[in-house]
Amino acid sequence: MLSASDLRRTVADRVLWEGLNLNVAAGERVAVTGPSGSGKSLLLRALAGLDPLEGGEVTLHGRSQSRWPMPHYRSQVMYLPQRPAFGGGSVLEELRRPFGLKIHSGRPFPLDEAQRWLVALNRPNFLNLSVTTLSGGEGQLLALVRALVLGPSVLLLDEATASLDPDATRAAEAALNEWSGAVPDRALVWVSHDPAQRARVATRELPVVSG
Amino acid sequence: MSVPISSVQLVLAALLMLVSVLLSWRLRLGLGRDIVIASVRMTVQLLLVGLVLGWVFALRHPLPVVGIGLVMTALAGQAAVGRSSRRYPGVYLDSFLAVFGSSFLLTGLALSGILQVRPWFEAQYAVPILGMVLGNTLTGVSLSLDRFTSDVVARRGEIEALLSMGATRWEAGHAAITAAVRTGMIPVLNSMAVMGIVSLPGMMTGQILAGVSPNTAVRYQIVIMFVLSASSALGSLTVTLLAFRALFDSRDRLRAECLMGKERL
Repeated sequence: MLSASDLRRTVADRVLWEGLNLNVAAGERVAVTGPSGSGKSLLLRALAGLDPLEGGEVTLHGRSQSRWPMPHYRSQVMYLPQRPAFGGGSVLEELRRPFGLKIHSGRPFPLDEAQRWLVALNRPNFLNLSVTTLSGGEGQLLALVRALVLGPSVLLLDEATASLDPDATRAAEAALNEWSGAVPDRALVWVSHDPAQRARVATRELPVVSG
Repeated sequence: MSVPISSVQLVLAALLMLVSVLLSWRLRLGLGRDIVIASVRMTVQLLLVGLVLGWVFALRHPLPVVGIGLVMTALAGQAAVGRSSRRYPGVYLDSFLAVFGSSFLLTGLALSGILQVRPWFEAQYAVPILGMVLGNTLTGVSLSLDRFTSDVVARRGEIEALLSMGATRWEAGHAAITAAVRTGMIPVLNSMAVMGIVSLPGMMTGQILAGVSPNTAVRYQIVIMFVLSASSALGSLTVTLLAFRALFDSRDRLRAECLMGKERL
């Protein structure tokens, strides 16, 4: 579904990775592993097309990233950052916000589905809170639910549960498992520093080898 | 006509600066040197400009008028970048284009269309009006540029979150663009609000001192204010859109890494 070949990335003349290949098939949950500073986040950003590629090619459904209109591509390959940022307003408004974008126009905001995920994450009374009062972990949950209801094909999770307590982490993992299994055409790519979490959620590991 | 000022009178006026120098010395503000330098600089600059304008007025030819205008525009474009704390490659060109496009267009419209000066390059009108337009456009451009570049950095997470969810660069940058244009227009709106009540604008006072009837002076001022605010708005919008183009690429990516910080003076 999503594949990359011969990717290359340098930061300040230091080669992070070179000749990096990966292939994510539908239904897979791939854990990207590697020491801090090996460029795992940069890899996810490159897959989402948020940073320009220095070398190599990323393809989605056999079509090169450079040939996709980016809004369309990113609605399929969605990146979830470690520290999500929000504009302001209530949780409900933030959940609704992407449905105002052109790429999602014509899709009604699925309030019931959002509420169902929030209940699954033990945050049933979340909708009317102001986003400015959310903790780091609650912000991660909001960003997670928002991505789940948008329903991309590939979800790129960059330490997406790093600020959550163990219970909330388990709930998020369960939600992600349920989400990725609900429709056949879905895959997850995780960056996680927690080996136990990788063991729980990943169907295989992809080491990022520093150059 | 107003009374000419002799050099002796200029020196008398310069003595007034002693008040600030004495104050600085007494209160140990450490500004004595700056006050002297600023005063000398202002005097020399204005005397030189007086000389140059005298020549240009006498020549009665469009080229020197346009030449002076371009030099003034280039300096304004540079000054507009000077205050911003973050820059990107090509920022000087963008700033120049914004100041140049809006100031020349609006000054041209004012001269040939509204005031109907004949010939349009009559330096007595063209140079001072362009100067006023440039001064205000420079403020607007400078504020917009600074606001946009700092917003893009401060709200990078928010902008990239929108991009990640499939926003076009326009959708993702829209909030920063409107905030920047709005910021650039605030000074002109403020000055219009208090004009004539709190502040008596320099041009109007000058005309009255020179013996023009208050009624005419006021009408000139009204025309100028509309020209100034239009140019300021156009300049703010232009520079914001140019900066947007520089910082968001055609693949809907935010290129915040293009922004270079600058140590504040």
